[in-house]
Amino acid sequence: MELVRVEQLLEKYLEATTTVAEEKELQNYFSGKEVAPHLEEYQAMFAYFSGAKDEQFTKQVPLKTRNNFIKWASVAAVLIFSFGMYWQYQATPDYTQEEIDEAKMVLAMLSNNFNKGTQSIGHLNTFSDGVSQINHIDHFEQQTNKLLRNE
Amino acid sequence: MKQSEFLNLVMPFKDKLFRLSKRLLTSVEEAEDATQEVLLKLWKGRKNLSTYKSIEAFAMTMTKNYCLDKLKSKQASNLKLVHSNYKDEQTSLQKQVELNDSLNWVNKIVQKLPEQQRMILQLRDVEQYDFDEIAKVMDMNPTAIRVALSRARKTVREELIKKHNYGVS
Repeated sequence: MELVRVEQLLEKYLEATTTVAEEKELQNYFSGKEVAPHLEEYQAMFAYFSGAKDEQFTKQVPLKTRNNFIKWASVAAVLIFSFGMYWQYQATPDYTQEEIDEAKMVLAMLSNNFNKGTQSIGHLNTFSDGVSQINHIDHFEQQTNKLLRNE
Repeated sequence: MKQSEFLNLVMPFKDKLFRLSKRLLTSVEEAEDATQEVLLKLWKGRKNLSTYKSIEAFAMTMTKNYCLDKLKSKQASNLKLVHSNYKDEQTSLQKQVELNDSLNWVNKIVQKLPEQQRMILQLRDVEQYDFDEIAKVMDMNPTAIRVALSRARKTVREELIKKHNYGVS
């Protein structure tokens, strides 16, 4: 590139009126070996710019997608657990018809026998009747005592 | 959107995000964190990605804002970042060994520029965005960007000339 053109471009460059393409031209010129000595300071500038462009981001970015899975898994776990508890308390022992009948029969027998027992206790009443009749003997004795005193 | 699709979308400009944040935050680790943060934010909002006109410009704006926030909080906690891990490993530069020292100088000068000018210089001279794209990222009008860019370039050049002539004139 001619020196005159370079100088023109540099002037525009400092006023920031160059296009990207023109700046590339300058970049090329200054990365070459034949740079006019009075433009040395630009060489450092452009070398710095092109050097700065080669820096790269090498770190790995952890893009997490598992987060969602864990969230929903925990929700599911809670649901399963609470359903389990629910069923556990729901399950009452089931009796078959036979078992119920048998239990009814046993209870009926029990009440029958119990009634028999109370009937036999009823005989105690006749005993107390007898006792009251013996009380009449006391009465008889009192009368005889009275008669004896009168004599 | 699947992970691979997202990566294909993001890969082309992730280095640009990194370089911009490094220009602003100075340290490589900070810049890596910032880039990761921005990419994760993009990933989380992947459902809305299709509504943006330019995802790259959007990501650049996010990076810019994130870094400025970072800087603000850093200044509040009085933590000064010291630039200590700058390395030049470019082969094209190794040919010009005598330039290496000047490169360090350029870097130092660039770091001294105001944040806005530093960002614009990075976007234009390093990433070669055109003015409209920079305007989108920076949320400024193109004329203001042109002015800021011109100032930044002139400052860098003048500072360099000063360094070159140090002790000579």
